[in-house]
Amino acid sequence: MRIIKLKKSHFHPFLETISQKAHLWAPVKKGDKYAFDRVEDFSRIEMKTTRTLLPPKKLMVPPSFNMFSFTADGYREDLSHISPKILFGIHPCDIHGLLTLDKLFTYQYSDPYYLKARQKTLILGLSCWPDEYCFAKSTRTHIIEEGFDLFFTDLEEYFLVWVGSSQGDDLIRMRPELFEENLTDAYIQRYIRWQKERENAYRTEINFVAMPDLMELKHKSAFWDEAGRACLACGSCSMVCPTCNCYNVQDKLALAGKPGRRLRSWDSCTLLDYSQVAGGENFREHKADRLRLWYTHKLQAFVSKYGKPSCVGCGRCLVTCPVEINVQTIAKSLQGEDPKAFWYRLQSEAKS
Amino acid sequence: MNDNPFTPQSARIVRTYRLTDDVKFFQVRFLDMEQALTFKYRPGQFAMVSVLGAGEAPFCLSSPPSRPGLLEFCIRKVGSVTSALFDLKENALIGVRGPYGNGFPLDQMVGKDILITIGGLGVAPLRSVLLYCLDNRDQFRKVAVLYGAKKPSEMIFREEYFALKERGDLECHLAVDADDTGHWTENIGVVTTLFPKLSKINPEKTYGLVCGPPVMYKYVLREFVKLGIPKHQILMTLERRMKCGVGKCGHCAIDYIYTCLDGPVFTYWDVLHMRELI
Repeated sequence: MRIIKLKKSHFHPFLETISQKAHLWAPVKKGDKYAFDRVEDFSRIEMKTTRTLLPPKKLMVPPSFNMFSFTADGYREDLSHISPKILFGIHPCDIHGLLTLDKLFTYQYSDPYYLKARQKTLILGLSCWPDEYCFAKSTRTHIIEEGFDLFFTDLEEYFLVWVGSSQGDDLIRMRPELFEENLTDAYIQRYIRWQKERENAYRTEINFVAMPDLMELKHKSAFWDEAGRACLACGSCSMVCPTCNCYNVQDKLALAGKPGRRLRSWDSCTLLDYSQVAGGENFREHKADRLRLWYTHKLQAFVSKYGKPSCVGCGRCLVTCPVEINVQTIAKSLQGEDPKAFWYRLQSEAKS
Repeated sequence: MNDNPFTPQSARIVRTYRLTDDVKFFQVRFLDMEQALTFKYRPGQFAMVSVLGAGEAPFCLSSPPSRPGLLEFCIRKVGSVTSALFDLKENALIGVRGPYGNGFPLDQMVGKDILITIGGLGVAPLRSVLLYCLDNRDQFRKVAVLYGAKKPSEMIFREEYFALKERGDLECHLAVDADDTGHWTENIGVVTTLFPKLSKINPEKTYGLVCGPPVMYKYVLREFVKLGIPKHQILMTLERRMKCGVGKCGHCAIDYIYTCLDGPVFTYWDVLHMRELI
């Protein structure tokens, strides 16, 4: 892989040129959080963000979109929501998230909606610095060797730029004069030092190796019922998770003369009607069963199918769950810690 | 045809009639004749059926692949899609895509005794495998059917199964829980009361198949085990909520498998080592 560098003062001119090719999306400030948004004014781009509120999956499979329009003549594929994009500012854990979704959405059958959006999106990664919620080092997803077209490491007055694909190379070739090939030994040493410091900056650690066994051994543990009592079944953990792929499909009729639409929207296995079949039978009526399914899938099932957990350590469930049910507290509970110590609703119940 | 696996293909309802108060039979053919004749499937597989405006739902195929051209479904009216289906008349168009799922392992079943145990609407998937066995009768050894329904009027395909009793090359035992007609000539009792009537089988070389209401599995599985059929030769087909049929939407997940890709046919061993199956 080719590694070159770009002076920071050349960054906006570079974006200027490549954004003529496709719409540029990047993290911007949204309230006190960050979100991927279409960017025309480059000064809006946040270069030192932590995680965005929603992961980049929203650009590949939007929260809700039309799969088909239909009339009496049949169903017509609708790909109108898909357009070429350049996605800048995506962190290693989120690139791993996309690589995980790639596996899910191409296993045996390829999902054309995901795949076409994915193929039309150029991935321009950006280095990041962990906060107290990041645990990507535990999932080995804090570094990335594939899955990007370009990757920018923010190192003092330069970006160190990894060219990861032929399409990435095409972008560079639009403005080759902006980039420098020569990397001095001193600069390389600075990069090595930066990498070491970043490794040591991760404060949250979770032992994922033990998880599949613990999920099995603790399947009947009472703490799942406690988790079920604490859980609000709001589905937020699924919405913000970079690897949650579940969806629902609904047909919407339109007013006379207009075609109807088959709508696909994000769904969550923690919601009550997720496993309910026609006739009212519900295979997972209890919140404990649904939570356990969520964690079985992330920590156990994915390991047996693909050799690693589907968690990428982004920390979104840690900052999002209103009652602190997240990969970290579930992992701690599996390892034998008392869940009452960290699940808010149980704490307040215990007090009253 | 396009490369979008979610696209429903237009099909015509060629024939539909009531089987019981709440179960209807649908015979369907793809509009595209080539597709109608080349649609390949295994007994036990399912298709996603779309009704314009009402939505899409999974249904097992009740016809045998040995009779190409027409697809058949037995459908109970339980939800919004099935209600819309029930309102459709012959010649109406629906959308069909598939086939999906693993289906029954016919390759392994060839040359074996086949024992089929049906409860009520469980006839829907098992009719496909039974008719397949009969259409290829020389490929299987003994074929036996045990079929139980609540009452005579709820025995789906009653006439078909009475006709089977006349054949000399298979065993067919029928039972109803209760006879409200006064002229039921067959057994009365739950389906497991038919097991003693079964002539001797070679359990090591037998495949035991079961489908029916959830309550029935425990008892039938116990009978299969008592007969000495190995756990991995006991097969059942299950239902779950599904929105895609191809392992993407997540709804049919059980433990670490998807019912749509890894099922809907499971062995008794699967049931024992995976939770939540039945």
